[in-house]
Amino acid sequence: MPPISRGFRSRRRTGLDPSRVPPGQYVTDDFPVLSAGPTPHTPLDQWSFAVGGAMEAGRSWTWEELLALPAETVTVDIHCVTKWSKLDTRWTGVSVDVLLEETQPWGDYVVAFCDGGYTTNLPLEDVTGGRAWIAYEFDGEPLEPEHGGPVRLLVPHLYFWKSAKWVRGLNVTDTDEPGFWETYGYHNRGDPWQEQRYWGD
Amino acid sequence: MAGAAVLGRLTWRVATIRDMREETARAKSLVLDVPDWPGHLAGQHVDVRLTAEDGYQAQRSYSIASAPEARGLELTIERIDDGEVSPYLVDEARPGDRFELRGPIGGYFVWHAGLDGPLGLIAGGSGLVPLMAMLRHRRAAEATNDARLLVSAPRFDDLLYRDELDGARITLTRQAPPGWDGFTRRIDAEMLQAIWPAPGARFYVCGPTPFVEEAARLLVGLGHEPAAVRTERFGPTGG
Repeated sequence: MPPISRGFRSRRRTGLDPSRVPPGQYVTDDFPVLSAGPTPHTPLDQWSFAVGGAMEAGRSWTWEELLALPAETVTVDIHCVTKWSKLDTRWTGVSVDVLLEETQPWGDYVVAFCDGGYTTNLPLEDVTGGRAWIAYEFDGEPLEPEHGGPVRLLVPHLYFWKSAKWVRGLNVTDTDEPGFWETYGYHNRGDPWQEQRYWGD
Repeated sequence: MAGAAVLGRLTWRVATIRDMREETARAKSLVLDVPDWPGHLAGQHVDVRLTAEDGYQAQRSYSIASAPEARGLELTIERIDDGEVSPYLVDEARPGDRFELRGPIGGYFVWHAGLDGPLGLIAGGSGLVPLMAMLRHRRAAEATNDARLLVSAPRFDDLLYRDELDGARITLTRQAPPGWDGFTRRIDAEMLQAIWPAPGARFYVCGPTPFVEEAARLLVGLGHEPAAVRTERFGPTGG
């Protein structure tokens, strides 16, 4: 039995659907920012996005080419390992399924790599099947640099550090290679519904 | 030690408040007894979990303020008025009270005395907490590397750890007491250039998002390597 904190009461917002808030999370209307270093600013005329690694044929796109790909707008809930969740966030971008079309990956994992050197690893099946996007708009506006613009990965069913900011590509690998936070004590997969925050959770 | 502090499962432990110290009108330091605490590195944080009588639980993260060498684990918590956990810890909790805690968490925003070279610390408001852990550790370890701290706060009374800021550069952005000889403006390139005239320091920047964004942007603009600038942020949703 955990100790009871005398006089501590919930100030949690009422009227929320509890089935949308994972364990240990609270809902906010803000959009907090977390990152490990300075915000990079790559000019769009020097920007590109690449998929490669353990696949038959790698591909890459310039900024204009990315915008020309079929886009989707999705409304999803997001969950940060630092405890905040934000419901009904609206993003526009390209499904990772579209990016991997014709590439024939044979590896089972991906490492997302980013401006600034950040990486995060995911099983391929967590970014395919309509569960992940390369997002360039938030709430109908271009994605701001501090939130990962011009483009961030969006994998809303996992803790939000997996939705790598300033993403520049996906490298398919045949072994699982822990990324940045995953080597600093954070969980390798990060399912918020299983509260997989840290190693061993 | 560096690896040992983060290896293995982070279990919830019961912490007991041994002592409380008022730092400002809005912030208190809690000195905790945590049985079997595995040790930590300066800059790391913990998760705190409170349980109400009806079983409701809430978790938040707080930076560790104490040096790894200190007896007792110290957190400094600033009250966020519409928060859920911080008003309880600052206003309601008393010595002898207990709550759950797990950690240490985070292996990137850390500094230890084995790291050579100059140390550059830039704090906005209560972003000073993990940086004070670094300075306390540096003192305890008798490190002699160059270390410079810049603290930004609205007013003098908002400064944490006022007794330990000898030698720190301080800027008060809203109001300065009579005779104040520190800075009195928001951080800018000239201020950072005056304190760190040449690249080479290992920087740790902590504070609210706009402050951290600006400080990191200015440092990179002044020629400091982006990889030498580590950031940690918290905003009003820290709760």
